[in-house]
Amino acid sequence: MTSLLEQTPSLLNVVLLALAAVALLAVVLGFVTYAIYFERKIIGWMQLRPGPNRVGPLGLLQTVADVAKLLLKEDTRPKSADKALFALAPVLAYGPAFAVLAVMPFSENIGFADLGIGVLYYIALSSITILGVITAGWASNNKWSLIGGLRSAAQMISYEVPLVMSVVGIILMTGSLNLRDIVEAQRDVWNIIPQFFAFCVFLIAAQAELNRSPFDLPEAESELVAGYHVEYSGFRFAMFMLAEYVYMFGMGSLITILFLGGWLPPIEALGFIPGIVWFILKFSLYVFLQFWLRATMPRIRADQLMSFAWKGLLPVALINILLTAFFVSYSNGSF
Amino acid sequence: MSAIYANNYVIVAIFLLLGILLPVATVHFVGPLLRPKRPNEEKLKTYESGNDPIGNSWVRFNVKYYIFALMFVIFDVETLFLYPWAVAYNQLGLFALVEMVIFITLLVIGLIYAWRKKVLEWS
Repeated sequence: MTSLLEQTPSLLNVVLLALAAVALLAVVLGFVTYAIYFERKIIGWMQLRPGPNRVGPLGLLQTVADVAKLLLKEDTRPKSADKALFALAPVLAYGPAFAVLAVMPFSENIGFADLGIGVLYYIALSSITILGVITAGWASNNKWSLIGGLRSAAQMISYEVPLVMSVVGIILMTGSLNLRDIVEAQRDVWNIIPQFFAFCVFLIAAQAELNRSPFDLPEAESELVAGYHVEYSGFRFAMFMLAEYVYMFGMGSLITILFLGGWLPPIEALGFIPGIVWFILKFSLYVFLQFWLRATMPRIRADQLMSFAWKGLLPVALINILLTAFFVSYSNGSF
Repeated sequence: MSAIYANNYVIVAIFLLLGILLPVATVHFVGPLLRPKRPNEEKLKTYESGNDPIGNSWVRFNVKYYIFALMFVIFDVETLFLYPWAVAYNQLGLFALVEMVIFITLLVIGLIYAWRKKVLEWS
């Protein structure tokens, strides 16, 4: 990967890079397929039931069957829907979810773009998904969708502020927005220790951004039937689901890189194990935490949801920025 | 250096293109070959818990959503200023810290005002 980056761009290189990107797409789709399987399996075990075990050995083909079913379903679109926006919404939701993966360094030599503005790129692109959600809610011309879409948008923008602010502490300590620099700066100690408050804020806000338990209000089946994607069926619906799980992949990678030392081993003596193994281990830990939370937590109330972001997380994130700034100045000998 | 720079943005373009291509290809090109298409009056009706939909769905909604959007814009712009400040912090010295403390304080006053005015409550 790195050797390709240093050559002058040519048609051959573009083709090679495109093939590598398609390979990553295949990995991500494989991850989504088995993340859903393990999610159902793990939640099943936690609730003392076997989980999916009928399709294929141990139920391993359950998600494959589900995807095939979605692909074969009729694609209905209500007559009163806004045709253009209705078609645009799934693309708006899914496109950025995959595009953010371009900047993720998975190990020293496995990674794609090495942008100087990596963090900013992730945050800027991931906001576009909110537009996809609100477009879907509006375009369906359905009361449930509209309310669900607005609720999702309100939740996502409210939690985006503390999410984005919690990263500022890390940038202060590293002095760079590049994700590789951020990992390299964690050689001595992972960011989760000096930036523990930021980590807590980030973890909670990430749950809300991903619309996952206990912040899964947008999909509150019991009150909104399904929220912004009530009118979507077949593969358009699958695209919203896919975007959600691809974001889980992206957010897991981002948390691993920002707080858990990316591909670095926990102690120097274990450095002989390849970096990608450490990355996958930390990443899997985060994904497991997601499933665990979903099996454990009840859904938060809508009125508590908004005030928690603004009254709880935002002040903590701001205080963390100031404390980190003072500490960095102090250790530089500024006062 | 410039080759690396160009290559990086070639990758970004490839990823964006792939991200758009997958939903478009599956929904509009592969999908129609596989799925049935038998629309009828009932199927194309807007879903409203099984009843016939009443009126238009593009209704007025709670003004609170606008207020939260406004708050979001304010604080998102604040982060926009915080990011370059944080990157260059080590070169800027104490002056930058004092300036940013003043800036954050001004916005916190706004947050406290919104808090006192019960804007952050969802009722």
